[in-house]
Formats: sequence, C-alpha cells, structure tokens
Amino acid sequence: MHFLNKVLAIVWKDVVAELRTKELFSSMFVFALLMIVIFSFSFDLRVERVAEVAPGVLWVTFAFAGTLELNRSLATEVEGARLDGLLLAPMERSTIYFGKMLGNLVFILAIEALMLPIFSAVFDLNLLQPGLLLTVVLGTIGFAAVGTLLSTMAVNTRAREVLLPVLLFPIILPVVLSAVKITAGMLDGQAWIDMAPWLRLLIGFDIIFATVCYMTFDYVVQG
Amino acid sequence: MKAGSRWVDLLSGLSVAMIIAALYLVFLYAPREATMGDVQRIFYFHVSSAWVGFFAFFVTLLAGIGYLRTGERRWDVLGFSSAEIGVTFTAMAVMSGSMWAKPTWNSWWPWRQEPRLVLVTILLLIYLAYFMLRTFVEEAEQRARFAAVYGIVAFASVPLTFMSIRWWQRLHPVVFDRQGAGLTRPMLLTFLFCLLSFTVLYTTLLLHRTRLANLADEVNELAQRLHSGWGGRT
Repeated sequence: MHFLNKVLAIVWKDVVAELRTKELFSSMFVFALLMIVIFSFSFDLRVERVAEVAPGVLWVTFAFAGTLELNRSLATEVEGARLDGLLLAPMERSTIYFGKMLGNLVFILAIEALMLPIFSAVFDLNLLQPGLLLTVVLGTIGFAAVGTLLSTMAVNTRAREVLLPVLLFPIILPVVLSAVKITAGMLDGQAWIDMAPWLRLLIGFDIIFATVCYMTFDYVVQG
Repeated sequence: MKAGSRWVDLLSGLSVAMIIAALYLVFLYAPREATMGDVQRIFYFHVSSAWVGFFAFFVTLLAGIGYLRTGERRWDVLGFSSAEIGVTFTAMAVMSGSMWAKPTWNSWWPWRQEPRLVLVTILLLIYLAYFMLRTFVEEAEQRARFAAVYGIVAFASVPLTFMSIRWWQRLHPVVFDRQGAGLTRPMLLTFLFCLLSFTVLYTTLLLHRTRLANLADEVNELAQRLHSGWGGRT
C-alpha cells in the first residue's frame, strides 16, 4: 500500500470507530459549549467590548476541547491494546504518527467548525471569515502535531490524562499567542499585511513541529 | 580515589574562589549605574543565571539526542542532571528579574515591558513538566526515552516562544531600554567575569550531580543483589 493510503486507513479506522460510538464527539461538543456559556456569563458582568476578550476565549476553548480529544483518542488505543495491534501492522511507525495526527486534526476541526457559529452568535461577532478559518486550520495543525506525540507519551505514564496539559500547554504557547493575535487583528479589521509575521510564525511552527514530532514518535512507541 | 573526583575537587575550589571574586566585582568594583542606581547590580547575577539556565537546557537537548542514538544510561544521567541545574538557575533568574522589576517599573511582573522574563518563566514551566513526566514513568528505560523526546521537543519551541513573546510586546511602548545606555568597561568586565564563573559553577554542579546519580545507581544495584540473596562478585 502507498504511504498515503496507509495514513488514510488509520484515519478512516478512527472515524468509523467514532461514528459507531459517538462518545468522543458528544463529550467534546458539550464541553466546548459549556465553556462558551461559562465564559460569556463571567465576562458579561465587566467587559464592555466583547471583541477584546473573544480571541482569547475562543482559543482557550479550542485548546481545552482539543486536549480532551487528544486524551480520549489515545486512551482508547491503549485500553483495548489497540495500539499494539497498530504497531504490529506492516507499516512504518511514522505512518502511525501521521495517521493519528490527521485523525486528531479531523476531530478537532469538526468540533471547531460546530463551535464557530455558536461562538459568533453568543458573542455577537462575525467569526466566519475566510482568513479566520485559515488561522483556525493552521493553529489546529500545530496543536495536533505536538498533541499527538505528547498524548502518546502521557497515556503511557502513571498519571495518564493529568499529565497531557502540563506537557502540552507551555510548548504550544507560540501557537496560541499567534492565533489569538491574528484573530484579534481580524476582528479589529486590520490589514492582512500587519498580521503577516504572526502567520509566518504559525506556519513555521506547524512545519518545525510536524517534522520534530514525526522524527521522535518512533522512540515513544517502541519498546 | 578515582581521577575523576580529583577534577571535581579542583573545580569545586575554583567555583568558590570565582564566585567570591564575582561578588567582590559586583558590589565593590563595578561602578554605580547612573539612572537605576545600586539596583542595577542585580543585572550581573541575573543575566548569568539566565544564561546558565539556557545552556543547561541546551545540554539536556544534546543529551536527549545522544540517548536516542545510543540508548546509553550516561546520556540520560547527563540530561536530567543538567535539567535539574537548569531549573534551579532559571528559578533564580525569574526571582531576581522580578525583584529588579519592582524598583524599575514599579511592578513585580512587568510582562509587557520585559518579554524575556516571560520567556524564562515559560522555560521554567516546561522543565518542571519535564520532571513531572519523569516521576510518572516507572520503568527506567522508558523514562529515559520519554524524557529525551520531551527535552528535544521542548527546546525546539524555545526560539518560537521567544519570537512570539517579543512581537506581542512590540505593540506596547517600551519604557526604557536597559541595554540602550550601554555598559562601561568595568561593568562589562564584571559582567563577563560573572558569566564565566557561573559557567564554571554549572560545570562543577553537573559533575557532582552526575557522580551522585551514578553512585545512586550503584547502591540500587547492590541493594537488589542483596535482596536476591546473591552476594557474589561481578
């Protein structure tokens, strides 16, 4: 089988499993919804212009919901000894990395796609702009690239789910910062050119971390 | 006595002498800074500890690569020993930076004016996570592998974090530039001497720490042999 076919086979496996149970999707959806509601209540009391806090709220919500997804996705692999099955399959381990990463990316993006219209309505902002959607995709790629590697590590430790945010958040700080900056710039109606450095940083992060995590994933699953 | 420990003794003596000399230079030799006054003397040890922190984490990165390539235990020992010292010095840099910020910007946490302080704090958090990861993995070989991978990924994020924090701050007015005034010759000399003595101190601590880790390994091995009731020599 071709490399891409193998990667897609892993993604398809995750999608089919999720379509059968709908466990992950429903819990992520409710969680993200709750976060938005809680944020909108807690800021309503003091913040004059919602647009000032909205980018931060949006990305914190995405990061938390994404962490939930990453933990769940790898935990199910470890629980049923499914990861061992994957490792036995006749393919390179790095293929598994891209398969899992793409699967995580698809799930997180799906949740984000559902959240954006709700977020727009609750905070009364137009978030469905093409530039913003691009930012969401780029930010989520970086998040999933690092998250897939670190969650594979975290589920193999004694602390399991607790460890992932501690490992993940300080490392994806550049992603969150640049995504928040671009989102804020767009809501303020700034020109694209002003956000170019942030966009470059985001793309650079995606490329660097997809490469580094791809190279080191082998060492995490071996043994 | 092994030849290695003689080196350690020699370096320990050298570190003590150099730190005392550095203290003399900082407090008595270096002139009083014109705008900030005596508070500016924090600068010498503050920047030196931040430098040692960065350097130590860089050594952890190299040790991580070494471990993944060879799988030898000594690389893992080097990695976590260096990270431990790095965490200590980064914590010192954060605290001294915060103390310096209070009289200068009248705020303990001037993260808008001083992005580097935020960067060093993030570094500290990353390597605290590194040690949490280590505690939660029981099997030694797996622990070393995970720690090596995390050490590599963590260090890769440092330049990007620095850039993002720096740009974030660019939009806000810079109150005044610390480096802008420039250092006079005695100040520069003091600063360079502090950098050097902190680096020597780091090397000494690293040697002590790796030796301690190796001794602990030996003791563990002996204890295991004692438990198994097999007292024979190896």
